[in-house]
Amino acid sequence: MRFEVATSVADAVRLLAAEPGTARVLAGGTDVLVQLRSGMVEPALVVDIKRIAGMRDIVAEAGGFRIGAAVSGAELGEHAGVRAMWPGVVEAMELIGSTQVQGRATLAGNLCNASPAADSVPAMVAAEAVARVAGPDGERDVPVAAIPSGPGRTTLARGEFITSIFLPARPARSSDAYLRFIPRTEMDIAVCSAGVSLTLGADGTCTAARVALGAVAPTVVLVPEAGAALVGTTLGTEALDALAAACAAAAKPIDDKRGTVAFRKKVAGVLARRATIIAAERARAEA
Amino acid sequence: MALDKQTAAKREFKVVGTRPLRPDGVDKVTGKALYGADLTAPGMLVARILRSPHAHARIRAIDTSAAEAAPGVKAVVTAADFGAPADEAVRDVLVNCMAHDKALYDGHAVAAVAAISEAAAKAALKLIKVDYEVLPHVTDVDAAMKPGAPVIQPGRQAETVGTEVSENVTHYCEFGHGDLEAGFAKADHVIERSFKTEATHQGYIEPHACLASFASDGKADLWCCTQGQYMVRNLCSQIMGMEASQLRVTPSEIGGGFGGKTTVFIEPVALMLAKKSGRPVKIVMSRSEVLRATGPTCSSSMGVKIGMTKDGRITAGHAKLRYQGGAFPCGTVEFGAMAAFAAYDLDAVRTEGWNAMTNRPKQAAYRAPGAPMSIYGVESVVDELCQHFGLDPLDVRLKNAAKAGTKASYGVTFTDIGLSACLAKAKAHPHYTAPLKPGQGRGVSCGFWFNFGGDTCVTLNVNSDGTVSVTEGNPDIGGSRASIGMMAAEELGVTFDKVRTQVVDTASLGYNEVTDGSRVTFAVGLATIKAAQAAKKVMCQRAAKIWGIDEEAVVWEDGAARPSGPNAGQFPPMTLAEIAAVSSQTGGPIAGHHEVNADGAGVSFGVHLVDVEVDPETGATKVLRYTVFQDAGKAVHPSYVEGQMQGGAAQGIGWALNEEYIYGDDGKLQNPGFLDYRVPVASDLPMIDTVILEIPNPGHPYGVRGVGETSIVPPLAAIANAVSRAAGVRLTSLPMSPPRILAALDAAHPAAAAE
Repeated sequence: MRFEVATSVADAVRLLAAEPGTARVLAGGTDVLVQLRSGMVEPALVVDIKRIAGMRDIVAEAGGFRIGAAVSGAELGEHAGVRAMWPGVVEAMELIGSTQVQGRATLAGNLCNASPAADSVPAMVAAEAVARVAGPDGERDVPVAAIPSGPGRTTLARGEFITSIFLPARPARSSDAYLRFIPRTEMDIAVCSAGVSLTLGADGTCTAARVALGAVAPTVVLVPEAGAALVGTTLGTEALDALAAACAAAAKPIDDKRGTVAFRKKVAGVLARRATIIAAERARAEA
Repeated sequence: MALDKQTAAKREFKVVGTRPLRPDGVDKVTGKALYGADLTAPGMLVARILRSPHAHARIRAIDTSAAEAAPGVKAVVTAADFGAPADEAVRDVLVNCMAHDKALYDGHAVAAVAAISEAAAKAALKLIKVDYEVLPHVTDVDAAMKPGAPVIQPGRQAETVGTEVSENVTHYCEFGHGDLEAGFAKADHVIERSFKTEATHQGYIEPHACLASFASDGKADLWCCTQGQYMVRNLCSQIMGMEASQLRVTPSEIGGGFGGKTTVFIEPVALMLAKKSGRPVKIVMSRSEVLRATGPTCSSSMGVKIGMTKDGRITAGHAKLRYQGGAFPCGTVEFGAMAAFAAYDLDAVRTEGWNAMTNRPKQAAYRAPGAPMSIYGVESVVDELCQHFGLDPLDVRLKNAAKAGTKASYGVTFTDIGLSACLAKAKAHPHYTAPLKPGQGRGVSCGFWFNFGGDTCVTLNVNSDGTVSVTEGNPDIGGSRASIGMMAAEELGVTFDKVRTQVVDTASLGYNEVTDGSRVTFAVGLATIKAAQAAKKVMCQRAAKIWGIDEEAVVWEDGAARPSGPNAGQFPPMTLAEIAAVSSQTGGPIAGHHEVNADGAGVSFGVHLVDVEVDPETGATKVLRYTVFQDAGKAVHPSYVEGQMQGGAAQGIGWALNEEYIYGDDGKLQNPGFLDYRVPVASDLPMIDTVILEIPNPGHPYGVRGVGETSIVPPLAAIANAVSRAAGVRLTSLPMSPPRILAALDAAHPAAAAE
């Protein structure tokens, strides 16, 4: 196995594109190193991108924020601007792993690991986050939702890697929230999860809502019916029941060691309902 | 052995009962303590083990030639390298360490490689070709007992087992007394329930590790993390065909055992690789290997039937226990059957137990082995009867509690026991009357463990500078170096800081039984006190010599030799330090020692109280408040005693709520890691409160009872009773993981489930 420290985006692209065997990009390494040690992958090349200029920066851009691919969960959590605008994305990222893991783990890494149970991904999908991808053909912007293609697989081509994640600007009275279910209180992987991002009108009516579920399908599921159930309502019991029912219907989970189909379908709705209530409280506090 | 009645008069202690800083703490938290994996030797090789990917398979052939020829490889071993020990139990241990004609479970060792690096060893494992014939497998206890089930090992059935079950059933046992039928006829209500519990692992943080070295004359050294170096020596010397004296086993510091390190898994393999290669060989297990191939506890399937009068008197109890302990015969169900009704004074009681073999790893002891499951079943039914009659669960237990003079269901008659005192203390505790909110429930359970004494050997040396060295042979898994040093200090009348207790290798001290059965503070403590008394006798002789009086005229009081009375002569007392300083002039070094097969360990009871809250929408359980009441006889170092009580409760909470061995349809373990084998993390638990009761054990000079095991027994039922009361539905299967609780709630309330 060869280990290279890339000095620029172009350098990283060149190294990755030139490798005929399996290559892995190392940002925080909290998934890659576990996979290496367990023998799950034996890559021919590992490229460390965190020394590339800009990879550890959070920059305000077009009213939103651009988050470098090597920004850790701890750094994201300490950024007051991102916290205020996208508290759901931040809380999702901060749920990953332990304090030590938080010092290393990244949004981009969580996305590229392509686990259906990734915590930050439903929150980013609800947020309409966009990944900037560098590759042999230059840069392209891809919705976060379009990056994972199945468990452990992404749509990134050979030589491509994510350089940053963009969280867009928001209208007034907007906020988001993320909840996951785990049997413990920390240090665990979601049995199912829900990210909700919404905007309220001046009268408290929901004017926009996006709901995404984790760990209920091979990739994160955006549930338009769930968002639609909220829009035009004041988020009363009826709307929340419709949201939960839409989530349960959209969830296509499996029985496994972490949970059953029945459990995941039901709890996905419960979490979406609870996350909606939290997001709405935050949105109202915005006003 | 006659019981020592020294405790009849209430004794005032100076050292015992205080809380000195633990002697091993700083080294452990700074990383200086030497654990099994920290040991190295010049020229050392690293070994890795190849494990079966199949739950059950005949091994037709193993071709190791490519691995042997691989770069850096110095030795490869398979079962063919080992002989067959004469003793059947030792043979089972060997076959568990290295599969012979069949791989009996997913993860069963089939070959091992020693090489100059871990990378070389891992690469060589891939070159070993094993020709498997995959066989049908069975991992569930009820399925394994059915006639026609795949047979794990033929010819292992005891004669007491009937013919209506499969050949996997190795043991049958039965305990009890009285007329069951008449007892149930007297009841106003009888409840019969079925229960299941999953296998749980001890979950020690330190994986098994060892280093083996052979000298050219055939003598061998083995360093390992273990609960018993003498046990390791006896097993390994028999497996290796050596005389016990030719193998020296030195225990490392130990990162948890809980019973799981009372046998060997890798040590014979390391020894054989060292013998073949002529180099020291080290093996360190990975966490996945620990979970797949070391011993979890038994899983169980049980039926419990109890009758009660409407005023809360239990009229009869009957339990049928079916345990599986993996791919080998296992007697753990017997402990379960003996312990099931131990807390109750019953006229009619019967327990029956069956053990079945399955395609799972060979079970190892786990803290009160066998008792938590059977007592979970009994205490659940008692709780349901209390609910049925609207009776207070502590009052009912007090009404039926075993006490001095009670003939236990397993045959003994109890002497002084602390159960009623624990129950009364729990009843009076503010926890028991604290208000509960909707969705919350409170659970109660009793727990019991036998405790054990056994072969024990201690040497105590009085050093010329007035310090004391205690040499003992039991690895310290729960604070025993502190408690043993404190008992030596107490008896000798010196301060605790003057005593250092060392756990030594098998060549330095006579035989000691393994650290198990909560025996060490009791038995090693007893031997230490006797060794100190022997040393005091020598010191009195030396003082007599110095004073020129008869040795009968000298007594030891308050840490010094004194003339026994005015007639003996007028001499100032001589302290231990003063006598030790001149020992060379009075006859040489001063030592005391004691060897005993300690009896009179004294059974132990505890009562746990727990409050939980169940989220009706997710089935998640939160433990809100937890209080442990336990009889310690005499708490030598109360902080350690509290730690034992809290640790048992924490492990029991894990067992009750989330820990389980999950096998797929392919018979493979699905969760061999701490991510999906869920022990509780600190934030899952409230601070566990403890109340130590001290009902002296008449079998120990200071009244000590073992405290290490009883505390894991009550949590299973206490949590199940609390969850069942909080959720409004009776849970009868462990662990009560959120999907199980939610499914039970939805089954009980179909209308709500449909929403």
